Amino acid sequence: MQPQPIRFVLNGVPHQAAGVDPHVSLLQYLREQLHLTGTKEGCAEGDCGACTVVIGELQTDARSAPGVRLKPINACIRALPTLDGKAVFTVEGLTQADGSLHPVQQAMVDCHASQCGFCTPGFVMSLFALHQNTPQPTRAQAIEALAGNLCRCTGYRPILDAAEAMPGRTGMPAAAPGATSVTPECGAALAHALTPLQRTADFSYSAHGVTFHAPRSIASFSRLAAAHLDAWILAGGTDVGLWINKALQSANMILYTGAVAELTQIAEGDGWLDIGAAVPLDDAFTALNRQYPEYAHLWQRFASPPIRASGTLGGNIANGSPIGDAMPLLIVLGAEVVLRHGDAARTLPLEDLYLDYKKQARAPGEWVERVRIPQRGSVREPALEVAAYKIAKRNEQDISAVCCAIALQRDSGSVQQVRIAFGGMAGIPKRARHAEAALTGAPWSEAGVRAAMAALAHDFTPLSDMRAGAAYRLRVAQNLLLRFFYESAAATPAVAPIDARVIETRVY
Amino acid sequence: MRAADTSLPHESAHLHVSGQARYVDDVPEPAGTLHAGFGMSVHAHARIKTMDLSAVRAYPGVAAVLTHRDIPGANNYGGIVHDDPLLAEGLVQYHGQPVFLVLADSHHTARRAARLARMEYEVLPAILSVEVALAQQFFIAPPRTITRGDAAAVLTRAPHRITGRTRCGGQDHFYLEGQIALAQPQEDGQMQVLCSTQHPTEVQHIVAHALGRASHAVRVECRRIGGGFGGKESQPALIAAAAAVAAAHTGRAVKLRLDRDDDMRITGKRHPFLLEYDVGFDACGRILAADFMLASDCGYSADLSGPVNDRAICHVDNAYFLEHVTVRNFQCKTHTASNTAFRGFGGPQGMFIIEHAIDCIALQLGFDPLDVRRVNYYGTGAANRPRNQTHYGQTIDDNILDAITDELEASSDYRARRAALRLQNANSPIIKRGIAFTPVKFGISFNATHFNQAGALVHIYKDGSVLLNHGGTEMGQGLFTKVAQVVARELGIDIAQVRSSAADTGKVPNTSATAASSGSDLNGMAARDACRQLKARLAAHAAMLWQVAADSVTFVNGSVCAAGHTMSFAELVNQAWFARVSLSAQGFYATPKIHWDRAAFKGHPFYYFAYGVACTQVAVDTLTGETKIERADLLHDAGTSLNPAIDIGQVEGGFIQGAGWLTSEELCQDAQGRLTTHAPSTYKIPTAADIPPVFNVKLVQQRPNAEDTIYRSKAVGEPPLMLALSVYHAIRDAVASVAHYRAAPQLDAPATPEAVLNAADALRAARTNG
Repeated sequence: MQPQPIRFVLNGVPHQAAGVDPHVSLLQYLREQLHLTGTKEGCAEGDCGACTVVIGELQTDARSAPGVRLKPINACIRALPTLDGKAVFTVEGLTQADGSLHPVQQAMVDCHASQCGFCTPGFVMSLFALHQNTPQPTRAQAIEALAGNLCRCTGYRPILDAAEAMPGRTGMPAAAPGATSVTPECGAALAHALTPLQRTADFSYSAHGVTFHAPRSIASFSRLAAAHLDAWILAGGTDVGLWINKALQSANMILYTGAVAELTQIAEGDGWLDIGAAVPLDDAFTALNRQYPEYAHLWQRFASPPIRASGTLGGNIANGSPIGDAMPLLIVLGAEVVLRHGDAARTLPLEDLYLDYKKQARAPGEWVERVRIPQRGSVREPALEVAAYKIAKRNEQDISAVCCAIALQRDSGSVQQVRIAFGGMAGIPKRARHAEAALTGAPWSEAGVRAAMAALAHDFTPLSDMRAGAAYRLRVAQNLLLRFFYESAAATPAVAPIDARVIETRVY
Repeated sequence: MRAADTSLPHESAHLHVSGQARYVDDVPEPAGTLHAGFGMSVHAHARIKTMDLSAVRAYPGVAAVLTHRDIPGANNYGGIVHDDPLLAEGLVQYHGQPVFLVLADSHHTARRAARLARMEYEVLPAILSVEVALAQQFFIAPPRTITRGDAAAVLTRAPHRITGRTRCGGQDHFYLEGQIALAQPQEDGQMQVLCSTQHPTEVQHIVAHALGRASHAVRVECRRIGGGFGGKESQPALIAAAAAVAAAHTGRAVKLRLDRDDDMRITGKRHPFLLEYDVGFDACGRILAADFMLASDCGYSADLSGPVNDRAICHVDNAYFLEHVTVRNFQCKTHTASNTAFRGFGGPQGMFIIEHAIDCIALQLGFDPLDVRRVNYYGTGAANRPRNQTHYGQTIDDNILDAITDELEASSDYRARRAALRLQNANSPIIKRGIAFTPVKFGISFNATHFNQAGALVHIYKDGSVLLNHGGTEMGQGLFTKVAQVVARELGIDIAQVRSSAADTGKVPNTSATAASSGSDLNGMAARDACRQLKARLAAHAAMLWQVAADSVTFVNGSVCAAGHTMSFAELVNQAWFARVSLSAQGFYATPKIHWDRAAFKGHPFYYFAYGVACTQVAVDTLTGETKIERADLLHDAGTSLNPAIDIGQVEGGFIQGAGWLTSEELCQDAQGRLTTHAPSTYKIPTAADIPPVFNVKLVQQRPNAEDTIYRSKAVGEPPLMLALSVYHAIRDAVASVAHYRAAPQLDAPATPEAVLNAADALRAARTNG
């Protein structure tokens, strides 16, 4: 096979990269190879947003004209080869040819929204993505869009003012005739520039003895995964990026899920919502929200927009962290995972995937192909009351100390069936079987819930760490059952509502 | 014409937003630049038995590995006490302490190679908490007791008395730009260093000492830094000196940029304090006597802990007159990173104890805490018992606390909201709301008198453009903007004619750190001095041209005028040059009136005080301990503001940073003394979602500084941070509601959800048992 370069459109200009170790991040490449130093490194783990850039992906939905979807990502944990076929915009790309500032940049200046300036390019890019996708954002939308950007100087108020002051975007300007570069506003022209970069065959890229494979079919991917047991499987890279930047690990081969079309799709039907392993978290959450809007607030607090734009639900599941926020909720919904090894696939209830801390019921070479979630009101899952709660030191973009999900079915005052699962309470995301047993068949009452709270102590022996102490974890886990009861009781007209949440009661 | 006292944008705003503003890591690297990485201790306290670095040296891409033996001069970066080795010699005293330095062809290679060292340690017992250090009398400096009056005697006869213990946690600076330096060897053994620092002069000195060279051989430059907050006052000397030693060793440029995790492990933080109070008061809540114990966790070395503790002691009064007071101060040594300067510099911790005590007094008496605060406010000069002298002997004659308290009390509707929230809480079993109103009085000047000096260098070029240089560093606080405004105003020219240049030890020497909020006070005055010299020369020339009196010549709107004559500034400058008039001037300033006897702990250390008041409302979930700031009203004193937009930015930013310190920012370590919160994934500074949805922030109007500061402005960098004490006290107020405001919550800072729930549960348990 001929060595192939990585091809992408950088600030509107077609660009090729070769000879760069596939572990190298987009940030390193921009700063060290191209000397585009506007994009900063603040943490190298996707938690501060100083490296935020905007990528554009060609949308080839048959129902409409080709368009480009713009989203913010953290360049520090984004492996360069995954940009193949995409557009990348950095802060340098926003300034107009005549040197004048982009309206987003101008709004930041006008509102006194920079002090030390180091985080500023990242904020500008997050606001730019917001501006493109939500032309006149509300303050609440701005806050959500900036959840992944830390500023230590301003206290954020002027940045939020800038978000509101951004002039409304009016349509997509056409590319200037004869222009050598394409601005992100020129959607059609950008799509035109991206079209020839789309590949029809599997893409492989090698440098410094490391090979990056981006197969286009499940069969091809699975064959490689079975043949190369020590290869890394890379999806959004929001965890793998830390293996590289923080653990300083490396692989000889990297298998990228993102080019497998079937893995990037969401299918609905037959009572199932079927989400491919390469579907970004944001898209998976959008689909889940349609079925289970009660969980929307949890998805809002799940990482940050750039992480949700890159990271995948499949990756969250395969990574199987005891503190991953998706698992408790998927477990109580009765989700299943499809595992594949070579040509063989099998389906497993998600909760059975996790055996012990970092131990999974996956054979070597077996990988997570998709996750299936029962649709609401399907035969399997009639009228569910559901809730999920996240407890962390900070509202936005924090890792849970405790994450709780509950799915309840009751009739005429007693509990028919209940599933409760927790993250942060054990070495794996885990059901609270004792608490469930205490509730099942019992009247749906505060006394019943208090019995379940007591039973919860038999379900878990949590750890103490920097996120919370063991006693607090257990106590708050118990109290979350009470919160659910109060909220559930509040939904019953006869009972006076009890305000039982601070964080989710957004006052904006 | 735009000049002083207008809200001009930050001089670099257009560069910040377009990514064109250059930080050290953005400067193109000289050919052959090596990248450095530290090998770090994996024990909190241990003797290094053997150190086998052969695998590090053999790693592909590694050019050299240095240990303390390769340092030609002093192996130290401690500025006051010389107890901070650049690279450990035999003994390591904290987990993460730099032991050796790898030089490689890339940042990544250096870090990878550093992990290959084979080290053998003899592990020694480690002291990891201030409590243990205090019990074992393990100190970095001898304990001190500061007294005024006879607190012990008055306490015994006070009608009411409360005692208690609390603590406030440390805080990582979390500047977005990590520590970095680029050292470039020059001819004849000289060294040029680009460094992200608040203190170029100290970096220069320590680099010179490490190289065994005179100061004139080292030039340190800093155009801007990506946030400092005190974390780049003493700490950058380590980074710069290590890079410079490596550059001298190899003859190549060396860049040392710390990865975020390493930065957080290696560098010091805000001092955590263990605090005890014993306070006697009367039936009105007026404090009759107080005994305070302040034990700070200094980490393994002295660093700036002495001055930090001085400022803490100087601020145990906050806004309150303490007639009889004893302060017992212990500077505890622990086997952790050496704690250092952080915005407020001990002031927040000192204020923390008295605000805590006042809160407890109010709960005991069943009073509104604001009434207790007001009854204790410093007096404003009633003839016979003025109540206006601090415990360190400084008379306060610029007190505006009563006036600004009245103003904010009214504008925030504090009393009515407090009453309404109490009613609301009675009917809300889970969510409790709290409100608190707290004042700030903060002393402005470095405690140590000799640091209160500054220099500036102003050049006027023949085209009338002006290049400004001064000893201050730009860390986002807008110093360069403010000083440029001063120059524009003095010379009567547009700000666009004034360019600020990088702080540079080769231009203005022997500078103080840009710290203690003093940047614009000191450098603004030094720049004004330079401008007035230049103006005098230009006026004399104009007077000669026009045959008028020199003092009749005015500089306004880009023109120079006198007696009907007028000429553009640029034209006069050009003519003066032809007439061989010097167009460059060095300005200087030394703060007047101040003096300080550290041994006696008496004097007039502060030129003036800056004041502020805050009223904050929070909601607390008493099932989970989660909190949310719902509203904050801030009124802050910047004197006659040099730039209201920039000052509002300091007030808001300081408040949110302080709120982080007191709520979500928790530093944790494991049993081995390893910092476990060493990255933004585990250490949580506020985000945009954490700011109050109702956020009313104002500067005090029409109250110029009583002292003759630059255009009667006031320093504004640190004081607003302490307005955030209102957040912590609002949380306490909400928690106290679970016991119907009859008992004081045992709530330390930071008030994390866990701490809040524990405090609420303890009150509930006491209520049930009682």
